[in-house]
Amino acid sequence: MSPATLLETPAWPDSYGDEAKPRVGFFTDTSVCIGCKACEVACKEWNQIPEDPQGYTGTSYDNSAELGANRWRHVAFIEQRVEVNGVEGSAPDSWVQEAQRQQLVDQGVETQEDDAGFRWLMSSDVCKHCTEAACLDVCPTGSLFRTEFGTVVVQEDICNGCGYCVVACPFGVLDQRKGDGRVWKCTLCYDRLQDDMEPACAHACPTDSIQFGELDELRERAEQRVEKLHERGISEARLYGHDTDDGVGGFGAFFLLLDEPETYRLPPDPVVTTRHLGENWKHAGVAALALAGAVVGAFLGGRR
Amino acid sequence: MSTTDREPGKVRGDVRAATDGDTYVEGASAGEGPHSAQETRTGVGRDRGAKEIPMVPKDRPRTYYDRPVVKPPVWKPEIPWYLFTGGLGGASSVLAYAATLSGNRPLAKRSWFLALLGISASPLLLISDLGRPERFFNMLRVFKITSPMSVGSWLLVANGAAAAPAALGQLLGFPKGLGRRAEPVAALLGPPLATYTGVLLANTSIPAWSEARMELPLLFASGGAASAGAAAAIVTPTGYAGPARRLALAGAAGEVINTELMKRRLGPLASAYEQGEVGRYEKIARACTVTGGALIAGAGRRRAGAVAGGALLLAGALVKRWAVFKAGIASAEDPHQTVGPQRQRLEERKG
Repeated sequence: MSPATLLETPAWPDSYGDEAKPRVGFFTDTSVCIGCKACEVACKEWNQIPEDPQGYTGTSYDNSAELGANRWRHVAFIEQRVEVNGVEGSAPDSWVQEAQRQQLVDQGVETQEDDAGFRWLMSSDVCKHCTEAACLDVCPTGSLFRTEFGTVVVQEDICNGCGYCVVACPFGVLDQRKGDGRVWKCTLCYDRLQDDMEPACAHACPTDSIQFGELDELRERAEQRVEKLHERGISEARLYGHDTDDGVGGFGAFFLLLDEPETYRLPPDPVVTTRHLGENWKHAGVAALALAGAVVGAFLGGRR
Repeated sequence: MSTTDREPGKVRGDVRAATDGDTYVEGASAGEGPHSAQETRTGVGRDRGAKEIPMVPKDRPRTYYDRPVVKPPVWKPEIPWYLFTGGLGGASSVLAYAATLSGNRPLAKRSWFLALLGISASPLLLISDLGRPERFFNMLRVFKITSPMSVGSWLLVANGAAAAPAALGQLLGFPKGLGRRAEPVAALLGPPLATYTGVLLANTSIPAWSEARMELPLLFASGGAASAGAAAAIVTPTGYAGPARRLALAGAAGEVINTELMKRRLGPLASAYEQGEVGRYEKIARACTVTGGALIAGAGRRRAGAVAGGALLLAGALVKRWAVFKAGIASAEDPHQTVGPQRQRLEERKG
């Protein structure tokens, strides 16, 4: 093998030329997620991910806890006390209002328990397939690469399990598989994409909470959805990861959330590590010079 | 918060929290569970959460059942050891070359040996840390400036290629010509090997590392200088070890000063370096470095003083790398360290 010199990580779509496909991704609309976990199961089945039972978390009905080497879709269950008419966790003062709220629930617009002052949020988390992906930037083997679909995939025949991507990812998506040593994550069903099929999770989702498609189209659809929700009085609805000006250049898999990102275990303002790279190398250069200077000083300064 | 057991599936919290309203509210106040934006409740628990990360606005230290947002490193103990050997080897190369140039043969020989030792141990440690050690050579498929791990792998290869002939030439007299020519190359490549590891850690999503990007390379350069100087002072006749002792002292001072600067810059994030086990490592490192430095400065011209002081400085540098490594794990495991500064950034941007 001849060592190739790559000063830049391969970019999409330029590096693919004619083979480049439109960039695809997920729009996960958590306002219609019912927490059925069909996506988790479908993902495990299709990608033949090993089981990793970890018992009960004891904190909520979520017992699969988080994304990792053996879980590429994870449904978060959030149990919240909410304010009803300015009073925390109390029964509603106005039954009319409560009825209106119930109607929204029935329409599937709001994820709301009928127990007043209490609500469940559910959200299916996944690799974000960042525009500026830290994992891809830091991978020293070139195992992580950007596909012709603009997604980020680990080549398992190359990965040597150095674990750098694990700490580089601002979302804690990647992890090393125990007993295997390599790092695994969502491939956005690269194999299915090549056969013009949608990813397994999106295919299995019964409420279309997980929507797959071309990213530009998904972004438009999401804008419309959030507008509609705002019109219906759900002011807390917001998009997360759709903004191409954010710290990772926008997500390939973005979300509609009903609360702040951190409530869902998502970082509120993720920034790709590479943004500070130049600065970091500069500091290392200064430190190297200082070290050389100290040695010179040790010989010049004083008696032997 | 940082003392909580965070093994998968053993999340802190009461099972009743999910069913018993009051228990849940208490738990939520301590920053354990997700709570709504509308909550303005204050309480003992909330205050406790806020005290640890004062930069988080008081009403929203929210997390997903206190689970980490970023993943802690999967790196094994080889990595903190590697941070030590890389620093020792890299700094020894420069010391050795300077001693060679100045005609200090006894110091030169021993420093070249130490350089070879540190630089040969490093790749072995790195390879052993890999999930698939037999695939180490995949590191050499590409060179990527965006990957400090890639840059480091190539640096190690280059350092080995330069330091080996240089050291063997000095120690065995073979290869002489090649060794001579390799000496300046080894001296040039040594310092980056000792400092790039700072970028390796800073270029991650772990707050206690990435926010210390300014000091980490200097800290590791200092540790390298202290290690190289101390090791050379131990094995070199004291009459010839003056430059080694001065380098060791400069390194020790650099370690103490940069630790302080780093903690000051980190602000609330510095708690990752101060609490629990990491805090103990920090104290041990500091005690070793300060005592070792004092011994080298005061009694370094005597054999016993040089050996005792040098050993303490080496221990201090090694424990320091462990402290930094473990601080990264503690920082990654605390979701408040990840969310707090990001939330503050967002609030500031909103104005």
